[in-house]
Amino acid sequence: MEQMTKAIDSLRIEHITKRFPGVLACDDVSLEMKRGEILALVGENGAGKTTLMNILMGLYYPDEGKLFINDKEVHFKSPNDAFAYGIGMVHQQYMLVPNMTVLENIALGYKQAWKGLRLDLQSVRKRVKEVAKQYGLVVDPDSYIWQLSVGEQQRVELVKTLCLGAKFLILDEPTSALTPQETDDLIALLRNMSEELSIVFISHKLQEVKDLSSKVAILRHGKVVFQGNTIDHSSSDIAALMTGHEVVLPHNDAPACTLGPMLQLRNLKVRSDRGHLALDDLSLYVCKGEIVGLAGVSGNGQRELAEAINGLRKVESGQILFDGEDIANHTPAHVISSGMGYIPEERNTEGIVPAFSMKENFILKDSESPLFSSHAFLKKKEIDQTAERLRKEFDIRSPNTDVAAGSLSGGNIQKVILAREISRNPKFLIAVYPTRGLDMGAAEFIHKQLLHLRNEGVGILLISEELEEITNLSDQVAVIFKGKIQKVIPSSEASRRRLGILMAGVKDDEEI
Amino acid sequence: MTKRFKTGYRIGVIILAIITAMLLGAIILWAIGADVFKTYLVILTEPLKNKIGITEVLLRTVPLTIIALGITVAYRSGIINIGAEGQMAIGILATTAIALAFPNLPRGVLIPFAILAGAVGGAAWGFIPGALKAKLEVSELLSTVMLNYIAAQLYTFFLRGPMLDPAELTMGSGTPQSMRLSRNLDLTRFIRGTRIHSGLFIAIALAVIIFFLLWKTSYGFKMRAAGASERAARYGGIHVPKYLIIAMMISGAFAGIAGSIEIAGVHRRAIEGVTSGYGFSGIVVALFGGLHPAGIVPAAFFFGLLIYGADMTQRLVGVPANMVQVLQGVIILVIVATKMIIANPYLMQRVEARWNALFAGKSSSKEVEA
Repeated sequence: MEQMTKAIDSLRIEHITKRFPGVLACDDVSLEMKRGEILALVGENGAGKTTLMNILMGLYYPDEGKLFINDKEVHFKSPNDAFAYGIGMVHQQYMLVPNMTVLENIALGYKQAWKGLRLDLQSVRKRVKEVAKQYGLVVDPDSYIWQLSVGEQQRVELVKTLCLGAKFLILDEPTSALTPQETDDLIALLRNMSEELSIVFISHKLQEVKDLSSKVAILRHGKVVFQGNTIDHSSSDIAALMTGHEVVLPHNDAPACTLGPMLQLRNLKVRSDRGHLALDDLSLYVCKGEIVGLAGVSGNGQRELAEAINGLRKVESGQILFDGEDIANHTPAHVISSGMGYIPEERNTEGIVPAFSMKENFILKDSESPLFSSHAFLKKKEIDQTAERLRKEFDIRSPNTDVAAGSLSGGNIQKVILAREISRNPKFLIAVYPTRGLDMGAAEFIHKQLLHLRNEGVGILLISEELEEITNLSDQVAVIFKGKIQKVIPSSEASRRRLGILMAGVKDDEEI
Repeated sequence: MTKRFKTGYRIGVIILAIITAMLLGAIILWAIGADVFKTYLVILTEPLKNKIGITEVLLRTVPLTIIALGITVAYRSGIINIGAEGQMAIGILATTAIALAFPNLPRGVLIPFAILAGAVGGAAWGFIPGALKAKLEVSELLSTVMLNYIAAQLYTFFLRGPMLDPAELTMGSGTPQSMRLSRNLDLTRFIRGTRIHSGLFIAIALAVIIFFLLWKTSYGFKMRAAGASERAARYGGIHVPKYLIIAMMISGAFAGIAGSIEIAGVHRRAIEGVTSGYGFSGIVVALFGGLHPAGIVPAAFFFGLLIYGADMTQRLVGVPANMVQVLQGVIILVIVATKMIIANPYLMQRVEARWNALFAGKSSSKEVEA
């Protein structure tokens, strides 16, 4: 563990190239970082950011190019080599074992606790407490990972990396699961930490790039297209460089609810996997042709709410009135056939069957509909035509509709789900984190589709943590905290600060 | 990457896998002091040298195909059926019971009726682990294996008790078997001087039916969705427990049918040892056949060859027939490894680059932007 204490004064990568089958992920990339610097790595999905960081972490070996730490060439054959030099990474997809506790997960990589065959969990617990105290990152060491929300899991990842004594932090979209306040805290925290550390963070959010980074590098199609000091450039410059064109995220400025309620939740009580009340007497309604944004930190009951409405989770008490009918505790099939659309939180495991082809995923909910089958026999021609039409309409980038849906990029997978849900002509749509982890181009597309749907009279419950997304799209903003609706306010009155205060659990926001 | 290269690559890997399996088998054969070359030659060619040999191989292909088809339905629906052995035994009991109770029914009625009974018996035996898994999340690996033991004891009980041939009682030899079943149950032996029976056509028809069920109907679609991603299927409104149970019942029914046909076509009475490991070999056949009817039929033929060839090695080169089970084990290991290799696109690209550098002298792999 001697190497761990050594600081990293400089890290340099030269001419790194990495190919994957059919894809040039990194194309002659060179970057340099010094101690105390914070580098923001930005670029659209598939630009090669994550690949580059995985090379730094020793997960991939570059086809060409060199890596220098403190001006000495290093070769990382495995993540262990990178750890030994003090490089730590928090991945976008969390690398945690779901059926182990937080403590056990941290202990997995915490070599000091392994004494021969004995594992000293107490020392791990101590270290976790230290880190939690030092950085204000609170985690319950005895919860199981599968019980935690995505946001909580990310906190565990951060604690884990810090416990291992990382000196060079790589963060892959670190703020995607945090509230505005937490984001501000994290930014302040990272800035403090940068005095002794170097930090690279991957981000799609321009605001935090401006707030946090000292240098910014933009990747496009595996190439570095721009490098420079952050203060020298405006947000819009960086946005234009990122996508290659000016991006204007669509905005909702149509008049609000005039058509009457579509979905009414009355005094809902729903339990979480851990058995406590995740939704506690929650009431909310959404009109036809209205978008209600549900803001809140993940883990406050959003997942349970979406699952309960869709018949995937038992409702203890209360009513879910959908177009006048109580659908609480009905089967998912019933909820779907009564006209509910659903974009679930986990697009890879809940939204699509990854091993199925794109066209099979399009008919996932409709294999029995007369459109796609007659007397139980699937109609190949209709399925193929519909799939091809949806692929074109929704601009899903793949050579054909026979490719496995799981092999598509995140943005394209989300488009597949969206295409399926919209083509079913829903009366209502529940969209959970619809643009999480997507680049601005894909997010823009999805936002436009949601607004279009709204203007056609479909009610939408938009569950998100991105305040900009919520305020841009919603007519009303509801804030959820610990399974209750804190307050519902018109989008025009929903300032970032006010929402943040409500999301943090303060009910009477006007007094502050 | 060209489609031609991809296909060629896959075939190449499979050929390599077969060679690897044979080499590993050769080491084991060599270790027990057998003549390796001669043993393989006997297994792979001796059965195919005459009419009787070929039909005997086909005779073993029939139950292997039917059981493997059933296992495929279960496997594709996300449940691994190791209980075919027991489901087959229960199917045989049901068929025997019908044949004993209604020996005078005309052929056209008795045969379908008895086979249907076998299917129902097997389906009932498959329903138990299916329901346990769907409702209580009991591992099917445990429940199917345990039900095999129960079925085996039930089978013995019936053959020694209620179904015992009265002739055996009076003669006093007490061989545990039923009496010769009604001739109206006999499946036609369509080649004179051989045992091959019309069950072969039933097996092929069932293979076609399974192909249509799984890939051409909405039921099969839902089953495969449940098997490929239980969670996504549930979110897509598919009632996963229902399809699990249905799949397991189909799987059991097929094992039961295999038992019925074996009795009606080959043995003509229920005897001990009819199942003779078909239920387990069926799993290997299903996997070796890529869990697809088009692969299962040739795979079943190949394993029929192995099983029949093994009897011959015992006679001709003195290698015990149990060696075939060792070879089966080796084949399973090689299949698992082969699947991993075929699924690795990086390896494929490297091989292609080598290949092009060596032979074609040009690069056909285009780099596409991400």
